Amino acid sequence: MPTKLVVDCSTGAVEEIELTAEEIAQREADAEAAAQAKADEEAAAAAKQAEKEAIAAKLGLTAEELVKLLG
Amino acid sequence: MANTYTAIATVTVGAGGASTISFSSIPATYTDLKLVLSTRDTSTGVNDYPRIEFNGVSTNQTLRALTGNGSSASSYTDTLIYAVSDGDGATANTFGNTEFYIPNYAGSNNKSVSADGVSETNATAVVAGLFAGLWSNTAAITSITIKPYDTSKSFKQYSTATLYGIKNS
Repeated sequence: MPTKLVVDCSTGAVEEIELTAEEIAQREADAEAAAQAKADEEAAAAAKQAEKEAIAAKLGLTAEELVKLLG
Repeated sequence: MANTYTAIATVTVGAGGASTISFSSIPATYTDLKLVLSTRDTSTGVNDYPRIEFNGVSTNQTLRALTGNGSSASSYTDTLIYAVSDGDGATANTFGNTEFYIPNYAGSNNKSVSADGVSETNATAVVAGLFAGLWSNTAAITSITIKPYDTSKSFKQYSTATLYGIKNS
């Protein structure tokens, strides 16, 4: 069973507590949401790169050459 | 460290690991908070990005990140507040090094966070990063929870977290 560490700053007491079923479900939902957000971010970056490469190809340049030209 | 720093509490993860680390009942008697982490979690990559939440609320967070590794640099945004540390793909027995600074945590404005972190590994995939976060919530911060970016993962044994309170007198 996964556990969480909770430090009570008013007393300094540290408790190791097993997660409840609700907390485990929330943890899994959060993980899925984070994975989806990361996948979306990577897809957006890949689309942007593909767009750059398509423009460079139309001009007969590599993407790196296009970056140098615009820099 | 300057004598304006007070170690409010510190914790070390035990043999079973920990899915989250929380500091509760944070006193409102300081001006700023500083959270210092030395962590490694069960994420499979070299790097992981431990995130923080305040008062048990995970919404209304934004982030701007500037990161670099051995081959490239990048800048991006996110809707979670985090910094970089070690995943379990990092060199064995190493821990990432991460700090979060939270000024005016007990005030009634939105809460800004600045953070920096490095992972520790003997490879070009190692990351150093600077992170600017904002929690758009005016409540005073009374608790902080730290969790791996992928919340299905856990912090490994010997990871540590220390919360410092800072005041200007």
